[in-house]
Amino acid sequence: MADDTEYEHYEAVVVGCGPGGAAAAARLADHGVETLVLERGTEAGSKNVSGGLIYAEESAPYAIDGLFDGFREEAAERPVTDYRIHNVAGNSVKTYDLTDLHEHDTDWCDAVLRRRMDSWLEQRVHEKTSETGGGVLTDVRVNGLLRENGEIVGVTCDELDPIEADLIVAGDGVNSELARDAGLMDWEEPDEWFQGVKAVVDMDPDVIDDRFDLEPDEGVAHLFSGDLFEDVRGGGFLYTNEDSLSIGTVFHLDSLVEQRAEPHELLDALLTHPLLATWLGDEYDEREYAAKLVPDSKKVAHPEPYQDRLVLVGDAAGQMQAQGPIIKGMNHAVTAGALAADAFAVTRGNADTEAAGRRYAQMLEDSGTMAKLRPRRYQLARAAGERDLVTNVVDRVLESPVGSIAVGNPISNRLLKRAYNSPFLVSMLPDTSTGYVTLPTVIGETQGRTIHWDNEVEPPTLEERIGDLTYDTDVGNPHIELVDESYAASGAAVSACPVSAEDFGGGCYRSETVQTNGSEETLVSLDTQPCVECGTCAVVADTTWEHPRGGKGVEYREG
Amino acid sequence: MRSIVLTKGVPDFSEGAVSFDEDGHLERGKTPTVMNPNDAFALEAALQTRVRHGGHVSAMSMGPPGYADVLEEAMESVYADDTYLLSDRELAASDTWATAITLSAGIEKFREEVEDVDLVFAGFKTADGETGQTGPQACWAMDWPIVTHVIALDIDPDERVLRAKRLVEGDVDEIETVEAPLPCFVVTDPEFEPTYRKASHRLTHKRLRAETQERAVEHEEQLTTWDHVDLNLDPEYIGLDGSPTIVSSVDPIPKAPSERDATMIDPDDGDSMNEVLEEMQPYAAGGD
Ligand SMILES: Cc1cc2nc3c(=O)[nH]c(=O)nc-3n(C[C@H](O)[C@H](O)[C@H](O)COP(=O)(O)OP(=O)(O)OC[C@H]3O[C@@H](n4cnc5c(N)ncnc54)[C@H](O)[C@@H]3O)c2cc1C
Ligand code: SF4
Repeated sequence: MADDTEYEHYEAVVVGCGPGGAAAAARLADHGVETLVLERGTEAGSKNVSGGLIYAEESAPYAIDGLFDGFREEAAERPVTDYRIHNVAGNSVKTYDLTDLHEHDTDWCDAVLRRRMDSWLEQRVHEKTSETGGGVLTDVRVNGLLRENGEIVGVTCDELDPIEADLIVAGDGVNSELARDAGLMDWEEPDEWFQGVKAVVDMDPDVIDDRFDLEPDEGVAHLFSGDLFEDVRGGGFLYTNEDSLSIGTVFHLDSLVEQRAEPHELLDALLTHPLLATWLGDEYDEREYAAKLVPDSKKVAHPEPYQDRLVLVGDAAGQMQAQGPIIKGMNHAVTAGALAADAFAVTRGNADTEAAGRRYAQMLEDSGTMAKLRPRRYQLARAAGERDLVTNVVDRVLESPVGSIAVGNPISNRLLKRAYNSPFLVSMLPDTSTGYVTLPTVIGETQGRTIHWDNEVEPPTLEERIGDLTYDTDVGNPHIELVDESYAASGAAVSACPVSAEDFGGGCYRSETVQTNGSEETLVSLDTQPCVECGTCAVVADTTWEHPRGGKGVEYREG
Repeated sequence: MRSIVLTKGVPDFSEGAVSFDEDGHLERGKTPTVMNPNDAFALEAALQTRVRHGGHVSAMSMGPPGYADVLEEAMESVYADDTYLLSDRELAASDTWATAITLSAGIEKFREEVEDVDLVFAGFKTADGETGQTGPQACWAMDWPIVTHVIALDIDPDERVLRAKRLVEGDVDEIETVEAPLPCFVVTDPEFEPTYRKASHRLTHKRLRAETQERAVEHEEQLTTWDHVDLNLDPEYIGLDGSPTIVSSVDPIPKAPSERDATMIDPDDGDSMNEVLEEMQPYAAGGD
């Protein structure tokens, strides 16, 4: 039907209503900028997963409760008042109190569930942006950048006509299609990413208080490392919510691929470890299984996350900091979003379309945010190849009988606890199995006590987990297409995809052996129906990968 | 754009809600009344017009006082601004003709006393009567142009014309594009789909929804009721007296007996087919 061919224009368009997009939009609205927010979920949060502890850092220029009044009371779960790490070697466990590390530079820290948190943010953002003539639209997927004479001037969407804007904020998360379209980020190297998998487990508030020895306004964070996960580099976590637990694992993606590990089995290894028996009891009721990629800022945080009128914030810019076992993504997304908005406000009206982007990058630098995301000492060590050297030496020492005894003596016990609590040291821990597996295992073996509890938890099967998820399938319109179906190119996805497994026919990726001209060949096939949009196969398989259309695909209720 | 949507209550035929007596007659007293499902498309069309061009949407219905609930549903689900109920005892038992006369009188009164109207929307067929006549008859009484079977609608307020796509069913369904001057009567097809491709339209849509949900809480305040005196209608021409059609009786369609014997026949097997033909013989001859 005939309609005006002129594109609509907004002063700012924000893509994504996670913490990064929400902070940007709220701050833009505070500056009186007409702001339109586009979110592909049917409600903000319906696509999102985190562990998740949201931190308010003392040294950061912004924290979420400063931007959104009432955040902690209305959108968050329990605060973290107790923080521990468990070094596991078989049934032997050594626990360190990590409260010092946790409290370093921390104003407060709360557990969150993303559906609840992000949908609350969406409402606040809609109220604020409506006053500027904009607002939040859900069920809208932005599918690319609008360009004029090669310059980025807006966005294109599946559901709407193209939209022009003076500022485009890509807060579209870890698999940012906009960052890729602009050529600022790619999805190539598995070692630049982690994969997080998580279960939300139903539990009465009284039972939580009782089993974790908490008052109703207290909460705990438990971390797990060691040989629980065989040789896969990564660890586990358990956080208390108001009436549920968040239990999950975060692994280096390259390590998952190398070991051909099944993410859901690693999660099950944690759930069924004797250590968890006292907390989980014998009635295990899993509300939701979820997964998502996590960028490693040390490697991918973009030092200049802008191009023309486009700025990247949060995971889209790789701003996800793994500070040893502590994962900080949401807080940095909030800071970056707010800074991008401020940068636009001060350069508003400037004829140079990149002025806001440049100012934003400068602000990330000046506020110390960039230094946290990409510590210089890590870069230096990496460049000099020192990392491997350090690792080899440490590994050899640890593996020698003398080394493990040294780790096992009482003095080193105190030192190790201090080392774990040193923000400097944990950020230096190399990404090899030393920090994740060898050291914790040795600690567990030599210092730990043996746990004899029987864990009776029977986690649901992958099939049951998929069956419990809510999907609105875009029938006949798959959002991922397999480009190369050879096992060599795409076989890694069969195990690395959190909703697929070797010998499981109900997942996304399957492998099958076919006869061709007398010789056998293993091929990979893909069915996107059970996909949870985690992004893993965009990196580990040869695909053309997009998000589903607005509102389609998986819908998380917890996140 | 100022629009009126005609809507009607119908028995809720959904599983669990509908109730039949032993003879298979609908028990109206026991079956809840809901908005005629097809009217939702008419309301969507009116809403799309309002979102794109601004203005006002009113929902109008003729029926017993209980239809206020139906109008409330119309208001909530598709954001009507206000509602009009044409109701009194004299209007009871109207057929489509008497209903059409009453509705056209309602629209005329609205135009005279509230505001002139650009568009009147009606849904295609009601779920209970299935006649599909009321809309066109009301239109005829008003002497307006009418466009039926509309699946997409576009309005040019400056030229004061509408362009519509119509689904013309036949051996092969065809989509026809027509143009008509305003004011105009529009009957939507159940295939009607509103389209909102502009961000501003979606924002307006979202704002209207929020406003309507607030307003619908106090629905009585948005409801105006007119009786036949208000409408200046002669009782001779409305209600039962004004209804030329009399439904003499309604026969339920007999349900298939459940324990009928079924024999599977292979159509390629000549002998079996002969048996079938023999069995059918008496019926084909008109006997029993
Ligand atoms: C298992 C796990 C544990 C984690 N634990 C923690 C933790 O304890 N603490 C912590 O701080 N961080 C944690 N993180 C990381 C954290 O979740 C992210 O860093 C954070 O969510 C990034 O925020 P964001 O706003 O940049 O992106 P997101 O939160 O991913 O939001 C992106 C938004 O954009 C929308 N979107 C995406 N594409 C489009 C499109 N094309 N069009 C429209 N909308 C689109 C999405 O639907 C989403 O709402 C964890 C992550 C995982 C997976
Ligand atoms: S198909 Fe790809 S994106 Fe979907 S769940 Fe599996 S790995 Fe993740």
